[in-house]
Amino acid sequence: MTAAAGGPESRMYGLTIETKGLTKRFGQQVAVNALDLVVPQGAVFGFLGPNGSGKTTTIRMLLGLAAASAGTVKLLGMEMPGQFREVLPRVGALVEGPAFYPFLSGSENLHRLDAATRHAAPGTRKARVDQALERVGLSHAAGKRVHAYSLGMKQRLGIANALLSPRELLVLDEPTNGLDPQGTREVRNLVRSLAADGTTVFVSSHLLAEVEQICTHAAVMSAGRLVAQGPLPDLRRSGSARIRVVTPDGGPAASVLARLGLAPEPAPEQPDGQVVMAALAGLGADTGRPAPEDIVAHLVAGGVRVRGFVVERESLEDRFVALTGEGFDVVQ
Amino acid sequence: MSSSVRPETLGTADATDAAPPGGWGLSLFWSELRVLFGRRRTWALLLALAAIPVLIAVAVRLSSAVPAGRGPAFLDRISQNGLFVAFTAMLVSVPLFLPLTVGVVAGDTIAGEANLGTLRYLLVAPTGRVRLLLVKYAGALAFCLAAPLTVGLAGAAIGAALFPVGPVTLLSGDVIEPPQAALRILLIAAYLAVSLAGLSAVGLFLSTLTVVPVGAMAATVVVSVVSQVLDQLPQLEWLHPWLFSHYWLGFGDLLRQPLLWDSFASNALLQAGYVAVFGALAYGRFVTKDILS
Ligand SMILES: Nc1ncnc2c1ncn2[C@@H]1O[C@H](COP(=O)(O)OP(=O)(O)OP(=O)(O)O)[C@@H](O)[C@H]1O
Ligand SMILES: [Mg+2]
Repeated sequence: MTAAAGGPESRMYGLTIETKGLTKRFGQQVAVNALDLVVPQGAVFGFLGPNGSGKTTTIRMLLGLAAASAGTVKLLGMEMPGQFREVLPRVGALVEGPAFYPFLSGSENLHRLDAATRHAAPGTRKARVDQALERVGLSHAAGKRVHAYSLGMKQRLGIANALLSPRELLVLDEPTNGLDPQGTREVRNLVRSLAADGTTVFVSSHLLAEVEQICTHAAVMSAGRLVAQGPLPDLRRSGSARIRVVTPDGGPAASVLARLGLAPEPAPEQPDGQVVMAALAGLGADTGRPAPEDIVAHLVAGGVRVRGFVVERESLEDRFVALTGEGFDVVQ
Repeated sequence: MSSSVRPETLGTADATDAAPPGGWGLSLFWSELRVLFGRRRTWALLLALAAIPVLIAVAVRLSSAVPAGRGPAFLDRISQNGLFVAFTAMLVSVPLFLPLTVGVVAGDTIAGEANLGTLRYLLVAPTGRVRLLLVKYAGALAFCLAAPLTVGLAGAAIGAALFPVGPVTLLSGDVIEPPQAALRILLIAAYLAVSLAGLSAVGLFLSTLTVVPVGAMAATVVVSVVSQVLDQLPQLEWLHPWLFSHYWLGFGDLLRQPLLWDSFASNALLQAGYVAVFGALAYGRFVTKDILS
């Protein structure tokens, strides 16, 4: 993908997706509310959010399927939907699940969608279709009618469609929905290899573990609003971390921690000693808090016998729930 | 994982101003024809149409002589000349069968894609909305030609199989040889294709309004019936020349010697008007529509 992503003109923009104040109203309901998305070139960007939070609606606006009620979208540095002719041939997409003609075979479906692409060369069509099918492991079912495909096979075909031409951006709305473990792993590998080639990948998902594994950046939606976005390590870091000290000297440990400006909370005694926990808000160099290794040094200097010391990072899931709320009910 | 076909396709992706290698939609048009005519439903529609002349021919064959002047025009001539099966069947299928099948195809154009969800993938491919509308309409027009052609050809074939074939006496009293008569059958099919162009444009517009194809199909058929009913009411005489079904049965002029093109021309003009109006409506609706299916 280097040739496409690294052309002289494409170097000039550093952002593959940029929205400003992007808003979509359905009657009274605001499905997407003043979204400012920033997806850097080359990122694998996880787009997270509970059901009904506006992910698919956002993707529809990015691709020019639905008009924004307010705000602007720039894809690959160009205005959408105004410049869709230049933009969309370089974008592969899977939107709200795959959709195909059930009475056509898998490869006939891809031929049809490729014929719809203005810039796709008819001469290489067959080769590209075969290759895309092979990439998603569907070569053997290429001649079968889609009507007879399983859910996961359709999903794979949808991904194959997104890969028909070389792309600079892939927009994948829940790509692993309905896939078996092998399929899920294949998609992960596929995303990694595409990203290694320089393709920017924008994946919406609820599967946080998956996002944690493949994404470099993420954004979290909640009820139509963007509640967090940035590089994944930053997102995790901005969540709280806590330390956990195991020691027979519970009292002195607590006072050392209190002197360091942490708020120690004694926890129930355990066989190997007492546990003292403390929240470590904003772990990092810039927060003025002591680094974990300094805390240990202070504890030891204070005569505390440290038997165990752990920094417990919040998982992305904890962070996600903290950002979007505990409730199971769909908002709106 | 890296693809070997990239270089060729990349070069074209950059040259956005040059004519695309796929041509200006021809590639999609062929694909549309393949999807339309490769699909079982279309074949079922065409087979049903082909059954009309077959039924007529078999019925005439099995019955004793049809008394002159009873039944549809030309019916009484079939037993002398099999080619009249084609003329009779085309005449019989105009009020209901042709609009019914065309309504199914035209009503399905956009709504059918929206219903399957393929509309969003066609649009992000990207197919421009105007191009998609044009290709879809062109596909419907192809069916408008295929439908009467099927009736006419099936009629000629079954007529030739069951009855003698000979020179045909035209409405003007002139007699033409069978090859010329076959040409007239093709001419009438063309006339009917033009006749159905307006209805197809109405169907295309209705199809942009919904994601339920059956709704658009039914509405299109209803519109064709309403137009024909209005055309029967003498109180609405002033309206008649403006109804798209007004010239539907006017192909008698093509069965005279010399050929009279008047009704063909009036019909074409009227249909062009409908195509312009409903094409514009479909355009106005479709280019601004949110694709949420
Ligand atoms: N066509 C529509 N008409 C009215 N409201 C809609 C329409 N489509 C979506 N919405 C509303 O917009 C909101 C966002 O929907 P969207 O499909 O974008 O959610 P999502 O984040 O993709 O959810 P999921 O994770 O379930 O796919 C929802 O509240 C939904 O009810
Ligand atoms: Mg969704």
